[in-house]
Amino acid sequence: MLRIPCPHCGERDYTEFRYGGDAGRTRPAHGSQSVRAWHDHVFLFANPKGAHREYWQHVHGCRQWLVLERDTATGSVGRASLARPPGVP
Amino acid sequence: MSGARLAAGGRIDRSRPLAFRFETRRLTGYAGDTLASALLAAGVRLFGRSFKYHRPRSVVAAGPEEPNALLTLGVGGRRTPNIPATTTELYEGLVCERQNGWPSVDFDLLTVNSWIGALLSAGFYYKTFMGPRRGSWMFYEPFIRRAAGLGRADHLPDPDRYHTRHAFTDVLVIGAGPAGLSAAVAAGRAGARVLLVEQDFELGGSLLSAPVAGPEEQVRRALLAELESLPRVEVLRRTTALGLYDGRFAALLERHEHASPDPALGAPREVLVGVRARAIVYATGAIEQPLLFGDNDRPGVMLAGAVRAYLHRHALLLGRRAVIATNNDSAWATALDLAAAGAEVTLLDERPAASAGLAERARRGGVEVRHSSRLLRAIGALRGVEWLEGESHSRRRTPCELLGVSGGWSPALHLSSHTGARPAYDAALGCFVPGPFPAGVFGAGSVMGRHAGPWADGHQAGESAARNAGASGSAGDAVRPSWEAWPGGAALSPRNPPRRGGKAFVDFQNDVTTDDLALAHEEGYEAVEHAKRYTTLGMGTDQGKISNLNAARLLAGLRGIEIQDAGTTTYRPPYTPVSIGALAGRSVGRHFRPIRRTPLHDWHLANGAVMTEAGPWLRPWYYRWAGADAGSAYLAEMRQVREQVGLSDVSSLGKIDVQGPDAAEFLDRVYVNGFAKLPIGKARYGVMLNDDATVLDDGTTARFGETRYFMTTTTAHAADVMSWLEFLLQTAWCDLRVQVVSVTDAWAGMSVAGPRARAALELALPEVSLADAALPHMAVREFEIAGVPVRILRLSFSGELAYEVYVPADRGVAMWTRILERAAPLGIRPYGLEALASLRIEKGHVAGLELDQRNTLDDLGLGKLASRTKAYVGRELRERPELTDPERWSLVGLECLEPAARLRGGAILFARDETPAGHGRGYITSVTWSTVRGKPIALGLYRGGLRHAGEEIVCAYPLLGETVRARIVSPMFYDPAGERLHV
Repeated sequence: MLRIPCPHCGERDYTEFRYGGDAGRTRPAHGSQSVRAWHDHVFLFANPKGAHREYWQHVHGCRQWLVLERDTATGSVGRASLARPPGVP
Repeated sequence: MSGARLAAGGRIDRSRPLAFRFETRRLTGYAGDTLASALLAAGVRLFGRSFKYHRPRSVVAAGPEEPNALLTLGVGGRRTPNIPATTTELYEGLVCERQNGWPSVDFDLLTVNSWIGALLSAGFYYKTFMGPRRGSWMFYEPFIRRAAGLGRADHLPDPDRYHTRHAFTDVLVIGAGPAGLSAAVAAGRAGARVLLVEQDFELGGSLLSAPVAGPEEQVRRALLAELESLPRVEVLRRTTALGLYDGRFAALLERHEHASPDPALGAPREVLVGVRARAIVYATGAIEQPLLFGDNDRPGVMLAGAVRAYLHRHALLLGRRAVIATNNDSAWATALDLAAAGAEVTLLDERPAASAGLAERARRGGVEVRHSSRLLRAIGALRGVEWLEGESHSRRRTPCELLGVSGGWSPALHLSSHTGARPAYDAALGCFVPGPFPAGVFGAGSVMGRHAGPWADGHQAGESAARNAGASGSAGDAVRPSWEAWPGGAALSPRNPPRRGGKAFVDFQNDVTTDDLALAHEEGYEAVEHAKRYTTLGMGTDQGKISNLNAARLLAGLRGIEIQDAGTTTYRPPYTPVSIGALAGRSVGRHFRPIRRTPLHDWHLANGAVMTEAGPWLRPWYYRWAGADAGSAYLAEMRQVREQVGLSDVSSLGKIDVQGPDAAEFLDRVYVNGFAKLPIGKARYGVMLNDDATVLDDGTTARFGETRYFMTTTTAHAADVMSWLEFLLQTAWCDLRVQVVSVTDAWAGMSVAGPRARAALELALPEVSLADAALPHMAVREFEIAGVPVRILRLSFSGELAYEVYVPADRGVAMWTRILERAAPLGIRPYGLEALASLRIEKGHVAGLELDQRNTLDDLGLGKLASRTKAYVGRELRERPELTDPERWSLVGLECLEPAARLRGGAILFARDETPAGHGRGYITSVTWSTVRGKPIALGLYRGGLRHAGEEIVCAYPLLGETVRARIVSPMFYDPAGERLHV
């Protein structure tokens, strides 16, 4: 049972969140016509053991998408920060 | 064994008799008894028949490791099978019976299995019944299940309540034996908030097996008194730690059945507690392991520690003539105590010598000791034992009615393995000990293999845990026992049994013998995980608590490798069986999952609606004005809409407010079709794709201002769409100045549909002009009536002239009744979901059943919608070869060709001359009776889609053995030109 330190709402059970996948990948720019880039983005996933940055949305809280540092081997949770860059409302 | 109960002593309260029923017998035990001890006291020796061979079985253990004494408790809806009598606290009025005997446990005809045992070896069922025909196993399985198995559950609803509770603590101490009690006291003294849990109804663990008059009891009482005095220590008895999870989260099961004899009183029978702890101390102790010898499952053969527990705890002397067989020191205590209680005792020790001082104590106690001696077999049930004398290698017989065995103690390390730490083998101790603990987790006492000195060990663990949780007070000193510590002993016999005749059982509950394991090894199932599954070893309700270690040892021996290299099977939660009721808690019946109700819910109930579930929503299925049952009512409601006018509640549609300077750009990106040029005051149907180009959702979005849009989604995908939009805005398109807010609950929505829809709304809302010129198809309007905002969207799901009317949720009923009352002269009637869904099938609109996240735009006939000039999510991957294959399953309409037949959702589609077998060429997604066509119609997906229009196909429904002929037609069954929308 993960506990996720939401920067807005404090530490909460992971059951309040929705998982959103690997946050280390960059989505191709909107309008990018590279089928290869979209293919790789949509279908190719690393499955790392150890340090991982991943998206979680606090659906039953502030609704913000967060980037959580989590160790996939131990399940231990690190920092969580807002996915949107600072300064963006 | 009648008269086993001693006249005095034990931890039972003879002043509090408890009456209970055992099958037809009315028996009495005492407060402090377990069901097992009360039955043993009453002379019951046969507790059940074994799983496969139907051998008579009796109590082996005195705790949750018990494999044999499984009874069925309760009657009716409370009937619960496979409950260990050894962990069941006796209570007044308890009702129980034995299981797995036919016609009865006492006289069991299936003991014949025992004589044909050679045929029932490992893998027998699979080898024999699997082939050669496919489905053979399916055919035989019910018969095998009847012959082999344990208790039988009831089909009546469970009348009991179960609760769920969340708890937090600084230090969670699991197990209240000497180590756990010491840990809890130390942590409590240090000022930590402590939760001590104990599966038993009494605290003390192994201390409860010591004489009540002994020094151990004095220390136990002193510790309990101190726990009582510590304000931040909470003690949960009758509470089993079922599992440990990441983040120091433990699942506990509190049992209250002893205190809730009547479910009508509403007290919970069990409570599932989820507890988060800053630190955890494992003090779960160790479980004694049996020895392997011929017929080691005979009634009268028990674990030596259990014999001692029944003696001191329940005042039961289970045999006047006893043999104790052991490979370690611990069982010497049982031998000495039995002798002191008046039994004649022979002690067989596999070792050439015991620890210093024991021989002298045995001599003084009158125990006959034979070293280097090993059991060969049990005789009768139980008349004696045959054993092998070490030095002379001569076979000897000793008569006895009780045989206590000890193969050493195996740490109860299950919980520590739940979070992934593999147990490590300790060769010196001869057992597995817990793997490395994560931060904040500690272990103490026997679970660590440290059998001696649990006091200081527990104290230190408790203090460390308290420190880890931030407590800084003094933990004081550990208990210094005044008595001589009993020599520890965990050395396990690594040898195969030199038995003579009879089966040597490794797993008693699942009837797995040493021969079965040898056979599994021979047939290639060498690894413990493979042998486990091949033989079913350790797969019973006891999960092999007294069999896994012996099996691991045997298998390692057969492979000629060390046991640490052979490893153990994986320990998974729960530690002991848990009822489904406890896991479900209060989430049963109407609380099974959250229910969403629309703002019009109460009106529907009060006005003849029959409700149905649509995802989490309750929606009107049909109204009783239209018919007494759904089958007739929805047809009347369809006709109402097609011919006159109807009103339906569409509040459950997802509604998202989209605002911002870049809102138009945003919508242009998420919808396949263009929205940037959508004029203010207009709405447009749009489709969203996932990144992989499958269809995510569809809906209508209206533009109410330059930067203001009102998006609707399907009921089913509302939450997913909302999260997806937020994801895009917060992670990928942060530069877009757009805000999205779910307003699903803020607006009540209702659809006025039918040829008289405009007339009806004009009566209801004379304030606004609804003329076709003023509000054409797909136009929208917002205005206020008496200060209440109203939104009207002229759009249609049914294919008729229709308007969606939105008002704030708290005005929903007012608007709904206003429309119904004012338009009453036009004959307006409410209609439900069944009619709504059927009307859209006639119109060929896709909905949730077609939008299953596997279909593309083209599959659904919506390819023309996609813009060729702008980018949108999913555009590039639409061109993947797999998605452009013309043979993909795509949307078709189906018309039934057989007058008396019906089409069924899920039916598999085949070409006309094809044998209807296998996965077919597609399937039916939605079906209805079409009032306009006068026959059953359907939407479905078919390989090649409408290229096959006009062809006759076969709809197979193998579950009912049905095949129905149908014709592929356009999915637009009704008004394909859309003339009825533009009136």
